[in-house]
Amino acid sequence: MSASEEKAKEVSAEAADTSKGQNTTGIVFIFFVIGLVASLLVGWIAFPKVLYSQKKQPFDFNHKNHMEMVDNGCQSCHFFREDGTFSGAPKLAQCIDCHEYVQGGSEDETIFVEQYVANYHEVPWLIYSEQPPCVFFSHAAHVKGAEMDCRTCHGDIGNSTSLPVYEYNVITSYSRNIWGKNIAGFKKNTWDRMKMDDCSECHQKNDVKQYSVQTEKGPCFVCHK
Amino acid sequence: MKLSRRCFLSFAIGAAAGINLTPLPWKLTDDLSIWTQMWPWTPVPSDGEYTFENTVCTLCPGGCGISVRKVDQRAVKIEGMKDHPVNNGGICLLGASGLQYLYGPFRVESPMKRVGNRGEGNWKKISWEQAIAEVSEKLGEIRANGSPEKVAVISGNKEGTIAGLWERFLTVYGSPNYMTPAGIEDSYEAALYLMQGAKGSVGLDLENANFVLSFGSGLLEGWGAPVRMFQASAKVLEKGKVIQFEPRLSNTAAKMDQWVPIIPGTEAALAMGIAHVIIREKRYVKNFIDTATSGFAEYQDLVMKDYSPEQVAEITGVPDSLIVDIAREFTEASKPLAVCGRGKGLIPGNIHEIMAVLALNALVGNINSEGGIWSVPKPGYINWPDPVLDETALAGLQKGRADGAGSEQYPFAKSLLDRFPKMLNEDKSYGIEALLVSNANPLFSMPDSENVRKAFSNIPCIISFSSFMDETAQFADLILPDHIYLERYEDVATLSMFQKPIVSLAKPVVKPEHDTMHTGDVIIKLAASIGGSVADAFGWDNYEACLEETLGNQWESLKKQVVSLDNGFAPNPWAYESKTGKMEFVATAINKSPDSKIGIPHYEDIGIDGEAGNYILIPYDSMALSTGYVASTPYMVKIVSDKVLNQKYTVVQVNPKTALELGLKEGSSVVLTTGVGEVRVKVTLYEGIMPNVIAMPSGLGHTAYDDYMGNGKGVNINRVLGTVEDPVTGLNAAWGIRAKLSKA
Repeated sequence: MSASEEKAKEVSAEAADTSKGQNTTGIVFIFFVIGLVASLLVGWIAFPKVLYSQKKQPFDFNHKNHMEMVDNGCQSCHFFREDGTFSGAPKLAQCIDCHEYVQGGSEDETIFVEQYVANYHEVPWLIYSEQPPCVFFSHAAHVKGAEMDCRTCHGDIGNSTSLPVYEYNVITSYSRNIWGKNIAGFKKNTWDRMKMDDCSECHQKNDVKQYSVQTEKGPCFVCHK
Repeated sequence: MKLSRRCFLSFAIGAAAGINLTPLPWKLTDDLSIWTQMWPWTPVPSDGEYTFENTVCTLCPGGCGISVRKVDQRAVKIEGMKDHPVNNGGICLLGASGLQYLYGPFRVESPMKRVGNRGEGNWKKISWEQAIAEVSEKLGEIRANGSPEKVAVISGNKEGTIAGLWERFLTVYGSPNYMTPAGIEDSYEAALYLMQGAKGSVGLDLENANFVLSFGSGLLEGWGAPVRMFQASAKVLEKGKVIQFEPRLSNTAAKMDQWVPIIPGTEAALAMGIAHVIIREKRYVKNFIDTATSGFAEYQDLVMKDYSPEQVAEITGVPDSLIVDIAREFTEASKPLAVCGRGKGLIPGNIHEIMAVLALNALVGNINSEGGIWSVPKPGYINWPDPVLDETALAGLQKGRADGAGSEQYPFAKSLLDRFPKMLNEDKSYGIEALLVSNANPLFSMPDSENVRKAFSNIPCIISFSSFMDETAQFADLILPDHIYLERYEDVATLSMFQKPIVSLAKPVVKPEHDTMHTGDVIIKLAASIGGSVADAFGWDNYEACLEETLGNQWESLKKQVVSLDNGFAPNPWAYESKTGKMEFVATAINKSPDSKIGIPHYEDIGIDGEAGNYILIPYDSMALSTGYVASTPYMVKIVSDKVLNQKYTVVQVNPKTALELGLKEGSSVVLTTGVGEVRVKVTLYEGIMPNVIAMPSGLGHTAYDDYMGNGKGVNINRVLGTVEDPVTGLNAAWGIRAKLSKA
């Protein structure tokens, strides 16, 4: 082989290398994109599904139906006790007056009467807005003191006809309502999230005392006693 | 397409970039931080309605009212009941930590049957039906053999319906052997009977006294009703004076106006010495002595002959001039009061010492009068018809008691539990075949505990009714666990040292935590199961029905009010139920030869046990350590000082002079030996203890509960303490024991 032929061969080999390099870059980029898209799918779609598990309430409940029958709004059932503490989810004792026997024809009421009322077992309601035990929260201070509407934190649950699915965080076991439905933590309404920042946002906005009334310690101690 | 390493790296970079554009890392970080700060397995008490329910604490004989705070029906705190006549809102450490008994892991959770050897701790759960069937079969068998007296019951219930049911059960069954642990109240009762003919309990109107001579009584260590004693002592200190005679600077001695160290066991002599000065200087209340008492001349002769301040100073170590001063101060006070009974009053003590103190009170005219010492009638609400006894029962009851109470030797005693192990070990002919233990832990709380264990090991069948896996339950063959006090009804008939008739009702404030049963119900079921005349004597369906019928019209009000007090009660200081109708300085109930002093208050060296050593060991009590049936709670064990408990060793207090003699230093390990046993302890130097006296804390050294309840923490003082029988009552009068210390 002559020297010129050899040179030409080297050149064509180089050209071949260059075209191969362009191909490889494309594949590498595709893999980058696959990685990116896959992780976005994992992070935005799969992760929330894995992070939150669902539990069923013992039976369904129609708030709207009950609201139409009571005189005192939410506080007819979710009332303040004499000592000022908040009763939370109603106990059997409050329901039993009307529901000693099945009244309507709903399947849920039948479950309630037969499984709970008849045996006097309290209904193990799953509480959507349950704050962790490290949080001191006084309904009296907010509802009576600051005259806040229940909807500010709980939304328009009073007009709902059925209970939403209860979801809880498998790591912390908190209800999903604390972080909010939006996995990114964005919220539109005041009741969408119930994290610490959401409490403090409102406290700052309304210029609530930035110290504990009981101990006169700093802002942390307002809620973390 | 060929996958290269660069592809994988590219994928990973893409994934890493992408994941940071999702909420995953931020949300996960948040959740993990929450998880690590609030472990989901950490128990959190449920939220709910806050309620308070009132009941009575039966952990000691004090009978304080308590308010149990509940959240969503779960008991979370015990507080003192406001306006209660005994404790008026106050509470002691034991009472406040009572929930640790309710939720403690040392509860017996269901009936248990021993498998394997006794005391090994191997148990099998059995049903209540089986447990009751087994006990009734065993008791039926013993009865069928014609020896019902071979069944004995040791119970912490002295009064009330539980005691009544046990005694009724034993009576119709045919056994006289109902035994209860004795304390200072029993000796006081005996003394009141001997000197006044009173068949009641003792009451101290401490709140109205303004000058108190306390002959070693631990007014601040848990004597009587502890909370009441704290409050009443504070009242006396506010308006007057309290002098504490004690060999050791106890908490009580430290807080009172004056501490007078006294040679242990000589308190009676001091009381007689003070009486000498009062009589010599004619400072006694002549009107009372002349009108309402008898035998004064004989008492006066003895006091004048043997108890001059100089003679008493010799015996007690208290300077004669001080005796004179104290006697004068005592009589000059408008409401003087003398009390005795060492520490918490767990040891019944010497009857003559109590008589000497009662006589001292009589000299200042405060028997049955304001600010004085009262005899309080026992409540009479138990009016059950007499049971019909069959021949077996009558024959069994004819046999004497296994502890010798009520015998010719000890006619005044109702029960002599401390004598029982000794009698069992010395005379095997009685042959107890079944021992039922209810509301008591004799293997821990009785002196000479090794001897008690030896005696019990010869009993073929031991049945415990304890709510807790205590030392006696651990040694039993069957356990039929009772509810604890917060889970059950129980009437409380007599309160320690309380001056007015009072009836309280403990009621269930929570549902039973475990598969336990009220011992009252078990007795009724056992009787029904045995059948015949035994069953006929129990006409009640259950204990609650029995209690309701017994309390009659008080039942409803007691359920609401918890306590019923006869506030207007005032005993008569001028009339007594004795043979002479007077308060007797010389007890005519005691048959005595003319030259015997046995019926007269006097000091007697009762000759405490043991020849070992030149030192005297005395037990001491404190509020931080529980000494009876119930063990100290974990909260209590935590606050015990390292001068009391050092790691696993009990610490004994020794005067620096004594330590110098023995070459001991602070913290030295020593072996403490008495005639009863020897234990290894540590030493602390304490100038508040008399030389040649060693003080050891009681209540330590449990072995059955768990580490938090004091297992392996210190040593049980009852391993080195013995008993001495009082010559009149037969009750344990030992206030200490001779001991020696040697370097370990």
